Amino acid sequence: MSSKILTEPRIEDPDDFYARLIAIHEGLNSEESQQLNSKLILLMANHIGDREVLDEALDIARNVQP
Amino acid sequence: MRYVRQIYPFNRPAELDSEERTHVPVIIVGAGPIGMAMAVDLASHGIRSIILDDDNKVSIGSRAICWSKRALEVMDRLGCGERMLDKGVTWNLGKVFFGERKEPIYGFNMLEEKGQQFPGFINLQQYYVEEYLIEAIEKQDLTDIRWESEVIAVQQSNNGATVSVSTPAGHYELDCDYVIAADGSRSPVRKMLGFEFDGETFQDHFLIADIRMKAEFPTERWFWFDPSFNRGQSALLHKQPDDVWRLDFQLGWDIDREAELKPESVSKRIRAMLGEELEFDFEWVSIYTFQCRQMERFVHDRIIFVGDAAHLVSPFGARGANSGLQDVDNLGWKLALILNGKAPASLLQSYNDERVSAARENILNSTRATDFITPKSEFSRIFRDAALELARDFEFARRFVNSGRLSVACIHHDSKLNVADLDVFNCKLVPGSPSIDAPVKVNGSQSWFLKLIGQQFTGVYFAKDGETTLQGATALLQDSIPVKTIVISNTSETETSVVEDHKGLLQQRLDAQVGSYYLFRPDQHLVARWRKFDPHAVREAVLHATMQPASGDSA
Repeated sequence: MSSKILTEPRIEDPDDFYARLIAIHEGLNSEESQQLNSKLILLMANHIGDREVLDEALDIARNVQP
Repeated sequence: MRYVRQIYPFNRPAELDSEERTHVPVIIVGAGPIGMAMAVDLASHGIRSIILDDDNKVSIGSRAICWSKRALEVMDRLGCGERMLDKGVTWNLGKVFFGERKEPIYGFNMLEEKGQQFPGFINLQQYYVEEYLIEAIEKQDLTDIRWESEVIAVQQSNNGATVSVSTPAGHYELDCDYVIAADGSRSPVRKMLGFEFDGETFQDHFLIADIRMKAEFPTERWFWFDPSFNRGQSALLHKQPDDVWRLDFQLGWDIDREAELKPESVSKRIRAMLGEELEFDFEWVSIYTFQCRQMERFVHDRIIFVGDAAHLVSPFGARGANSGLQDVDNLGWKLALILNGKAPASLLQSYNDERVSAARENILNSTRATDFITPKSEFSRIFRDAALELARDFEFARRFVNSGRLSVACIHHDSKLNVADLDVFNCKLVPGSPSIDAPVKVNGSQSWFLKLIGQQFTGVYFAKDGETTLQGATALLQDSIPVKTIVISNTSETETSVVEDHKGLLQQRLDAQVGSYYLFRPDQHLVARWRKFDPHAVREAVLHATMQPASGDSA
């Protein structure tokens, strides 16, 4: 199966994005952070729109092992 | 081979036995790598200085070990680069480990472009670098280095400063035009003058153990997140010359410092990391906390701060001594022009602006690395571990993994000394960047581009076939601030002084065409570039880069 999801680096200044991603969780408890993450995922999923890409992302996230 | 530290004797200075006051252009406080490099740089511009240091030997322990490509290029201009390269351990590769896995999750290369004299990094104990600088100081007679000489007061006046010195043989005073404080993170000069050093201390401890052992690990930077031998923490392994290895263990905040420093507990950690049978000797053991701090301004009239005295970062990223050497590179030529009456004192403002902004960038990078290595919240840790898990398979996730963004040359994008491009150039080099290196031939012999530019303003001209000189370039050499011109050709011209870009890499890296002309500052940063040489424009650019008013439309 050919892969449709883009996994090469695409975000300009990833350090800055990562710092912002962490910063928006500041002051939240665990439940609130999970809520925030869930909203983020739904927003991003809707933006992506493409079911094939979304299904691939779900599989990777579930199956990647440390 | 075990390193033998030399004691540098106190010599009774003439001032103790004379009523006459000594005046010297520059007094440098602190004979660390930055203070000494500063003296050598000033001497290279013909400026005399006295270095005062309260100690009588080079640094104890390896301390700074990672020297960046840019730092080596600066040290090469000061005559120490090749020695550092010869003695140091060259490395370009880093590997990142995570959790129980024995295999790294990925590796990275620090040197993106080949064909440069210096590698991405070398590792070399700080005391060697200090020794090389002491020798460079002894080779010329413009620097007077005074050991066991503690600065106890600094007083500014309208046109200079007075420094009070305490020695084993008594007190004396020295007058100077400028004081450069290179007296380290605890800077006594900064404290005496009451300047703030704002920032944060991170709630974490790290144990450095430099050990001597015979080991076959490759010369790479190995970094562990959450390894089995240091659960929940990080660790680092790095090779230095003389079979010395740097081990760095994160310990966390709640520790018993005394207990952790005991040789038996350090040995236990080392054996858990590298094997129970390991034979080794201690070279240096130390526990430290991270701090990120900087002064609001580095220039306070006649007192100028450089290195750790001005800015302090966490060690991950190797942005301490490497940024200090870039301070030196930036300040030396400016101060020399001012002291020689060729540029206004306001040129120092550009040292302040360029290096304060460089320090902010370093602190930002260092803080982010620290936050990644030591997540401040549970959620931050979960994100970190997710990035690490994805990093094994996906390049995009590696960009989030931060075990220290290692020091690269600072680009002064917003410097007032830059001249904005009027012509179009398509390359990484922009006004404010230090030039990238490239192999060239001089009189038929292999050399490097960065050896040819710098020290004074340098123009680089890309010649037509058969062209060996540039009309109008000789006159630039006669100016109050002279500009030397280097003529680059892609053909072999062994009988002339033309520099040959035999691999075409320089042309490529500078996006040069026939006729292109580049003006570099004495610290090798690009001021301006044109598709066509115009001596008037070059003169205006030199005035601009030295904070002098334009000459007006005389052309």
